[in-house]
Amino acid sequence: MIRARMLPLGVTIAIFLVAWLLCWLQFPNILSTRVIGNLLTDNAYLGIVAVGMTLVILSGGIDLSVGSVIAFSGVFIAVTLRDTALHPLLVFALLLAITTGFGAAMGLLIDRLAMPAFIVTLAGMFLARGAAYMLSIDSVPIQHPFYKSLQSAYWLMPGKGRLTLIGVLMLLAVLAGMVIAHKTRFGASIYALGGGEATARLMGVRQGRTIMLVYAFSGLMAGLSGIVFSVYTGSGYSLSTVGTELTAIAAVVIGGTLLSGGAGHVFGTLVGVLTMGLIQTYIVFDGSLSSWWTKIVIGILLLVFILLQKALMRLSQSRLAQAGDPP
Amino acid sequence: MLLTIRSLSKTFPGTRALDAVDLDLRAGEVHALLGENGAGKSTLIKCLTGAYRRDAGTVTLDGARIDPASTREAQILGIGTVYQEVNLLANLTVAQNLMFGREPRRWGLIDSRAMRAEARALLAPYGLQIDVDRDLGSYSVAIRQIIAIARAVALSGKVLILDEPTASLDAAEVRMVFDVVRGLRARGLGIVFVSHFLDQVFDLCDRVTVLRNGRKVVTAHIAGLDRMQLIEHMLGRALEAGIHHDARADTSPQRPGLLRFDGIGRRGVLEPFDLAIGQGEVVGLAGLLGSGRTETAELMFGIRPSQSGRASDAAGPLDLSSPRAAIAAGFGFAPEDRKTEGIVGELSLRENIVLGLQARRGWARPLPRAEQNRLADDYIARLDIRTSGRDKPIGELSGGNQQKAVLARWLAMNPRFLILDEPTRGIDVGAHAEILRLIDKLTRSGMSVLLISSEIDELVAASDRVIVLRDRRHVAALEGPRVTGDEIMRAIALDGAAA
Repeated sequence: MIRARMLPLGVTIAIFLVAWLLCWLQFPNILSTRVIGNLLTDNAYLGIVAVGMTLVILSGGIDLSVGSVIAFSGVFIAVTLRDTALHPLLVFALLLAITTGFGAAMGLLIDRLAMPAFIVTLAGMFLARGAAYMLSIDSVPIQHPFYKSLQSAYWLMPGKGRLTLIGVLMLLAVLAGMVIAHKTRFGASIYALGGGEATARLMGVRQGRTIMLVYAFSGLMAGLSGIVFSVYTGSGYSLSTVGTELTAIAAVVIGGTLLSGGAGHVFGTLVGVLTMGLIQTYIVFDGSLSSWWTKIVIGILLLVFILLQKALMRLSQSRLAQAGDPP
Repeated sequence: MLLTIRSLSKTFPGTRALDAVDLDLRAGEVHALLGENGAGKSTLIKCLTGAYRRDAGTVTLDGARIDPASTREAQILGIGTVYQEVNLLANLTVAQNLMFGREPRRWGLIDSRAMRAEARALLAPYGLQIDVDRDLGSYSVAIRQIIAIARAVALSGKVLILDEPTASLDAAEVRMVFDVVRGLRARGLGIVFVSHFLDQVFDLCDRVTVLRNGRKVVTAHIAGLDRMQLIEHMLGRALEAGIHHDARADTSPQRPGLLRFDGIGRRGVLEPFDLAIGQGEVVGLAGLLGSGRTETAELMFGIRPSQSGRASDAAGPLDLSSPRAAIAAGFGFAPEDRKTEGIVGELSLRENIVLGLQARRGWARPLPRAEQNRLADDYIARLDIRTSGRDKPIGELSGGNQQKAVLARWLAMNPRFLILDEPTRGIDVGAHAEILRLIDKLTRSGMSVLLISSEIDELVAASDRVIVLRDRRHVAALEGPRVTGDEIMRAIALDGAAA
C-alpha cells in the first residue's frame, strides 16, 4: 500500500522529474552540470528561507516576515561594511543574532498572547522592511574584498558546472532542516503541534518553547538567506525580495507540505524550490516566452497541489470508513 | 491503597464543583466513577491529572502526597489518562505516538529503528500486531484507543484514568478495549473508569463511586449492587418509570402522511431507500456504528445531496439540495456532534437559541433584543434548561443542557420535521428521560421526528416505527407490537452475524 504520508512527496518528485524530462527533450543542454549549478546558485536564498518556512508551516503557523528580513539583512550588511571596519564574518554573526532574536520575539508573542501567527508576522514584516528603509533607501553596493572571495568561491563539477559556495550553503540548510524535522524531539514537537495543539499539549509538548524556537529558526534561516542574497547580488537594497515570503510558501506547498500543518517533508521543499527554478530556466532557454509565465505555471502547480491534498484527505477518510480495522 | 483522596474541594466562580470528596483506589481494581452531568466527575479527574489545581484536600499516591501542576507532572508521578477523543495525533505514526517525548536517541538524534522496536514491544502485551510505521489516522478508533492506553500505561504505570473511552466504539470494539483493561487490572494497575454506559460499568468494574452535585454519595462493590439502586444514587430520587412503547401505541395508528422520500440515495454513502413519515410520528433509526444512520439524516437534510429519487409532501416535490433548502422546507436537524456542529460555545445561551431564527430572517433584520430575551426565557423554562442566566456562555453548561438549547433553537423555528441524531449521547440519566418526554410532547402537538440512536431501549421507548439499517442499507421496518428490543436486535444481526 502506498503510504498516504509519502504520496505528496512522491508526486512532487515525479512532477519535477517529468518537468525536467520535458525540458531535456527540447533543450538537451538542460541536463548539464552548468545548468544544475546555476539552478542551485540562483535559488540558494529562496531554498534557505523555505527551509525555515517549512518548519513554521509544519508547526501549523506561517511566517510572513521573512522577505522583509532578507532585505533588512542585505541593507544591514552593506551599511555596516560601508560605515565600519568590522570584518564581514563578525557582521554576519551580529546579523544572525538579530534575525534569530527577532524570530524568537515573534514566536514568544504568538504563544504568550495566543495571537494568530499571520498577524504577528505581518507586523514583523512591516517592522523589518521599515528598519531596512531607516538604514538606507538606496541600493548600497558591497565592496569588501572578502565578498569578492565569497562570490568567486566554487567547486568545479565535471562538465564545467560551478557548484558555488551559496549553493552548497543551501544544500546544507536543507540537510540541517531534514535532521531537525525528522531526527530530533524538537522536530517531533513541531509535527505534533501541527497535528493538533490541544492534543500535543496533552502529550507533553512544551508548546511555548517549541513555537518560540520554530520562529527563531525561521528568523535564523531568513538571516542566512539575507547573507546569501547579499553575496549573490553584491549589494543591499531595502526594496529587494518583496513578496519572497509568498514565493517561499508556494515552494513549501509545491513541495508537498500541508498548509494547515502536521504533514510534509523538508526535502520536498528543496524539490519545490528546484521545480520553480526549473520553470524559470526553461523560460530563459526558450527566450521568446515572457517571464510572467513563471508565475502562471507556479499558480497552476499550487492549485494542483491543493487539489491533490484535498483528494488525499478524502481518500484516506473514505478508506478508513469502509475498511474498518486493518489486519 | 494505591491512591487516596481526602476532602478534595474545588470551587469555580459561582459553583462549588467539588465539595470534600473522598475516593480510594486500590491496585488491581477497576473503579467506576459515575454521576450525572455536573456531578463533578470531570473536575475530579482534572484535579488528578494536573489540569486543575485543587483548592483543598489531599491526594496521596503510593504513600506520598502529590499535587501535580500539569498533565506532564501527573504523568511523571504515575497518573495517565485516556480521553474519549483528543488523545493522540493522527498525523504521526503509531511508533511516534507511542514513544513521543521519550524517543530513544543516539548521538542526540532520534534512533528510528530502536523507536520502532520499542513501540512494537510496547504493543505486544496488548495483542496488537500492527504496522507501527503507519499513520495513526489510518487505524480505527478502537485501535487508537488501545494505543492511547498503551502509551498512558508505559508513561505512567500506576493509575490509569479512562474518561469515557468507549463512547464512539461499537460492541465488538468495546470488548476489545475491555480485554485490554482487564489485562492491566491483572498487572496491578489502579484504573478509574468513567462512562455513561451502565452495562459496561457492571461488565467491567469492581467498585463504583457515585458523585452528585460535587459530593460523594456512595462507594460500593458492584457485586452487591443492583441497577435500580445505582440509578437512584446518581439521581438522588427514585427513577420514574420511563415512557414505554405502549404509551404511544394508543395514538391513532393511521396518521396523515407528511413527507415521502422515494429512492433517495448516494453512491458510496447509502443505498437508495423509500420512507414515508406521518404527521406526529416518531421514526427511529437503528443500526450499528457505520450502518448509515447519520448518512440517512444527512441525505434528508441536504448535507450530502441525494443523487437519485425525490422527496415530496402533500403539496408536491421538495427541494432538499442543501441544508438551507431543507430548513426552508420546514426541516430541522440536531447533529450528533454537539460540540462542533451544534453549539457555538463562546456565544451565550440566548444567542445560541435565537441563532437559527435569526439566520432565517437574514442579518439585515435583527431580532429585537426584547424578543430574543422573551424567546430565550420561554425555552429555558419550557425545556427546563438549568443555567444561572440566559447570557451565560453555552460552553459552560452541562451536556444535557447544551442539548436542550440545540433543541430550543430548532423549536423556535417551528419545524414540521425534526431530525435528532443521538440526542441523548453523553448526557445524564435525568436529562435523558426529560428529552424523551419532550420528544413525546412535541409529536403529540403534530411535529414529526426522526430519532437516531444507538440505544435500542431508547428507540423502543420513543418510536412509533423503527427502521433498521445494516451496511448502508435500510433492511427492515418494524411497526406496532414488533417494536421491541429483541426484534430490532434480530433485524440488525440477521445475516450480518458473520461480520
